[in-house]
Amino acid sequence: MRVTFRANGRQVEADDVWEGESLLFMLRERLGLPGSKNACEQGECGSCTVYLDGATVCSCLVAAGQVQGREVRTVEGMADPDTGLDPVQQAFVDAGAVQCGFCTPGLLIQTHALLDRDPQPGDNDIREALSGNLCRCTGYEKIMDAVRLASARRCATPSEATP
Amino acid sequence: MTTHTIRGEKNLQSITTAHPDGIGGSPLRPDGTLKVKGEFAYSSDLWHEDMLWGMALRAPHARARILSVDISEAVAQPGVYAVLTHEDIPGSKLYGLEVVDQPALAIDQIRYHGEAVAIVAADHPETARRALAKIKVEYEVLPPIVTEEQCLDPETHGYVHEPHEAAKYTNGAHASGNVVHSQKVVSGLGVNDEVRALADVVVVGEYEVGMQDQAFLGPESGLAVPAEDGGIDLYIATQWLHVDRQQIAPVLGLPENKVRLTLAGVGGAFGGREDLSMQIHACLLAQRTGKPVKIVYSREESFFGHVHRHPAKMRYEHGATRDGKLVYMDARIVLDGGAYASASPAVVGNASSLSVGPYEIPNVNVLAIALYSNNPSCGAMRGFGAVQACFAYESQLDKLAVELGMDPVELRQLNAVSQGSIMPTGQEIDAPAPVAELLQKVKDLPLPHPNDFQDVRGLPGALSNTSHGEGIVRGVGYAVGIKNVGFSEGFDDYSTARVRLEVIGGEPVAMVHTAMAEVGQGGVTVHGQIARTELGVERVTIQPANTEVGSAGSTSASRQTYMTGGAVKLAAEAVRNALFALGRERYGWTGNDLSLTGGKVVSATNGVLVSIADLLGDQAIDLTREHHHRPTVAFDKETGQGFGHVQYTFCAHRAVVDVDVELGLVKVVELAAAQDVGKALNPLSVVGQIQGGSTQGLGLAVMEEIITRDGKVRNPSFTDYLIPTILDTPPQPVEIMELADPNAPYGLRGVGEAPTLSSTPAIVSAIRAATGLALNRVPVRPEHLTGTGG
Amino acid sequence: MEFLRPATWDEALAAKAADPSALPISGGTDVMVELNFDRHRPAALLDLNRIGELTTWERGTFEGQRGEVIRLGAAVPYSRITAELSDALPGLAIAGNTVGSPQIRNRGSVGGNLGGASPAGDAHPALLAAGRDVLVEAESVRGTRLIPIDEFYVGVKRNSLAADELIRAVRIPVADGPQTFSKIGTRNAMVIAVCAFGFALHPPTEHRALGTVGTGIGSAAPTPRRAPEAELFLTEELAERGLWHRGGLLGPAVIQRFGELAAAAASPIDDVRGSAAYRRHALAVMARRTLTWSWNDYTQSLRSAA
Repeated sequence: MRVTFRANGRQVEADDVWEGESLLFMLRERLGLPGSKNACEQGECGSCTVYLDGATVCSCLVAAGQVQGREVRTVEGMADPDTGLDPVQQAFVDAGAVQCGFCTPGLLIQTHALLDRDPQPGDNDIREALSGNLCRCTGYEKIMDAVRLASARRCATPSEATP
Repeated sequence: MTTHTIRGEKNLQSITTAHPDGIGGSPLRPDGTLKVKGEFAYSSDLWHEDMLWGMALRAPHARARILSVDISEAVAQPGVYAVLTHEDIPGSKLYGLEVVDQPALAIDQIRYHGEAVAIVAADHPETARRALAKIKVEYEVLPPIVTEEQCLDPETHGYVHEPHEAAKYTNGAHASGNVVHSQKVVSGLGVNDEVRALADVVVVGEYEVGMQDQAFLGPESGLAVPAEDGGIDLYIATQWLHVDRQQIAPVLGLPENKVRLTLAGVGGAFGGREDLSMQIHACLLAQRTGKPVKIVYSREESFFGHVHRHPAKMRYEHGATRDGKLVYMDARIVLDGGAYASASPAVVGNASSLSVGPYEIPNVNVLAIALYSNNPSCGAMRGFGAVQACFAYESQLDKLAVELGMDPVELRQLNAVSQGSIMPTGQEIDAPAPVAELLQKVKDLPLPHPNDFQDVRGLPGALSNTSHGEGIVRGVGYAVGIKNVGFSEGFDDYSTARVRLEVIGGEPVAMVHTAMAEVGQGGVTVHGQIARTELGVERVTIQPANTEVGSAGSTSASRQTYMTGGAVKLAAEAVRNALFALGRERYGWTGNDLSLTGGKVVSATNGVLVSIADLLGDQAIDLTREHHHRPTVAFDKETGQGFGHVQYTFCAHRAVVDVDVELGLVKVVELAAAQDVGKALNPLSVVGQIQGGSTQGLGLAVMEEIITRDGKVRNPSFTDYLIPTILDTPPQPVEIMELADPNAPYGLRGVGEAPTLSSTPAIVSAIRAATGLALNRVPVRPEHLTGTGG
Repeated sequence: MEFLRPATWDEALAAKAADPSALPISGGTDVMVELNFDRHRPAALLDLNRIGELTTWERGTFEGQRGEVIRLGAAVPYSRITAELSDALPGLAIAGNTVGSPQIRNRGSVGGNLGGASPAGDAHPALLAAGRDVLVEAESVRGTRLIPIDEFYVGVKRNSLAADELIRAVRIPVADGPQTFSKIGTRNAMVIAVCAFGFALHPPTEHRALGTVGTGIGSAAPTPRRAPEAELFLTEELAERGLWHRGGLLGPAVIQRFGELAAAAASPIDDVRGSAAYRRHALAVMARRTLTWSWNDYTQSLRSAA
């Protein structure tokens, strides 16, 4: 089947999609967007987290056909071609929260959603929001640092809302 | 190398960063921007036009004879390009890390649940799946050999590897019956009744460590591209390019120089990529079809497709005097190595030689063995035999402290090794060994505040709403461990580095090329730092790792910064010396006090002599060096004596837990670590490594285990093999000591593994303190804490 | 495999009638796992995401149910249940907040839990506890059928839907007393229940002369089930001692007995997640705790109303 939708603000189209494919497979293998990762294919790791119509979801659990006409945003859409890395992305690099980096794209989307909803989350709020994103390398401490850093920077320099 | 259309190849090209920081700073990782943009190509992201998807058919039995394999229906399916069995292998059928005992595709029998029988290449993963379903295999299922008792009685229960076959395995010398390897350690008077009589107090314990999995997030994957010269270019996530190649080439019937490996992005390793997984399969399919073949494991297949940590059963006996001095230790350690040898001999060597822990004990008798069985294959996992031993000896020390009425930290400090101590293998610890100080550091940290029960997310069970404060008891526990760094027992564990210095755009730029597998540990950052420190430049280019440069050894054994960092240092020093020689020849410098700083050649007496750019001009200095560590020797077969290890490293933990004692649920409230890292080349990365390793120890303590029954894996998924989430991990304060090891580059000590040792027993110790239960097995389950089975 | 995308509820019902084997998919958090793991290859997937009314809920009165009821559309995601219905459906809101992860909660729904009918589904104990008059609205081209929750679960992962039926909504009485939910997992997030317990107090009201209690047990029997003897015991105890009107302490003996009866109602097995003995033990503890919390909340509310 053919699936047409908006990915990172652009209209995209995938052809010959197998009906049982996931959104994740379609993004990675057909649309040149391999930033979202596949580590479990059952919604237990969060590496495939993307925005679907503004809510974060595991893209491995969305059937490709379900996104027809809808809006998807992935990690590849976070950085701005003019202004550079999104502050959440920059904070992860600066805080040492990236080791192997496989979990990073999913964490970036989920963190981005958290800070949009709650710009100054407490530690337990951060942990609750990120409880669906597994990381095997860092022990999460530097990830906590990164979220706090992104929050602090955001509150220090209010700017136009992130897209 | 021919050019390919490989999408997502940004990090397969070199990355240049400019930064003022040399060693001791924490410059940002050069691959960080690519990773946060989602543009870093992991092995599972690689894509090539006309690539096919490969997939393996795996056996549903733990032990069986293969009676027949019929691939005819699968071959006939549209979209299928090849279906291969062992009969299609052009070269040798076996491979292996230490013992060449593992078939690339099962020949006439199955030895573990999930062993690969056939492989398929097709135009879509779904086509491949359907094709696999059409392959008909006839098995004669056999009773699996899975318990210690069965393994040790092959006459009755059978051989996992028949003696006549095992005799043919290269390096199979140590195997006997179903014992892959054994190692004794005997020191002082050994342990006999005379020695036992010297002790006032004796504690005996039997301990068990379950089978942990590395659970790296990036699945096994790679892309094999057939080359015009009849060779193969393999883009692979792995830990050691050259040893992969060494095992792959003979199976393909190719010389090594026709098999070229490039490191693709690695999504974590922790030992699980030390053995081959899909490399040979992808290459065989690419060879046969003439097309690029990509294989990506699902998480389920991943649980079957790599080796796990050896489960262990250990019996320990300690004797001490009334005032707490250890007099003797006797230990028997049985490791279940599963179907194939993998790294079992080296794991046995580690477990036995480190079985005593960081303690001075005058009389020691240890036997460690690894078994062949029809359980899943086990091999390298971060901690490598020392994790299992540490759980046993630290549990023993706690038990002894109770018997003696002594403080558990003081008991440890009383017996701790220090510089100059002799290990039970006879090796002197000839570098700082601040064991007592590390324990003191975690002990001196202020304790976290008691739980005010106001936020359910801070309680065991969290949002699952199991407690509002009832049943919660806090406990505190301590542990310390000793780990070796580097490959041991006489192995010449060298690394190679090539460093090039030239002028680009008017500025001196250093290029570093190694075959080091960056798996997340941050080696690529450190190499840049070393080049900056030794060559006084800011811009450094890190080349992608491949087999075009000499081996960098494995990314394991906590050895990369020591060995490959050391090689980069050697090569950079050689480049620097060549640069000085150039200057001496051209300008007639005579002094011996030259250095490179800020892009200039500087003399301590005469100041700036010339800029590197001016001195080099159009030339490039390009040198390759090998870094070898001091030689080690194999442990004596009977006594275990020998200078077997390159370096020792120590870590101590304090764990604070809240336990819901009625429900048996645990929340780790704080996990503090103290470690001597010799020299922190990159402090940010060092702390990240310690916290990551500690968290894997937390997982082993309370949740992680591959559960098998009759050799079959019962929980091959992330729903039932649980690793810690961010709601399971606590704040982790880390105290770093930097006491230089005079034998190591920059005085550094390998960091990655020591934290996996002491974290587990510290947490269990804390749970014991909260519950008063003995707890001799990890992972600790709610059943253990409530007396309801398990 | 076909991928069907009905634009309206009527189209969906027609599609299901035309091919009863078509597998409905909404949040996908169970169905996609089956597909990804190659456990199921239905002839057709029936995507319900275009049908707006499935993601709405309304509050009102309905024939056959006493008092106010929430008619919860089958596809309202758990995250919205927790955000919007914590007051009206407190037990279900807590249960919904334990499902999977935040990402899963943005897609998973009660309709999905009911469709799959797994004994481990987190919604079930809360639905059972919410009352015997919880009704599942099952619809087909033949009309609407209201299935009492106690008749919905018929076997392991089997519900009483006919082959041509889809779940339109669940009608759950608005909570008139404290309701809660508790679930055991071996880590602190993202767990499938080792066992779970839902509990609700249903005080006497204008619609109900006799106060009752509701229970629900998860992951400790072939289907979700209530603990009828425990409910009866407590109902009688509360009535005999006039506790609904006075408040006052239940006393440890009552709480203990309630826990025993709740555990005895389960038929747990040993499996890779836990032992049967642990499940029984844990259920008794959770029954005691959820009763204690609920009763404390109830007596506090009596005092503040006084």
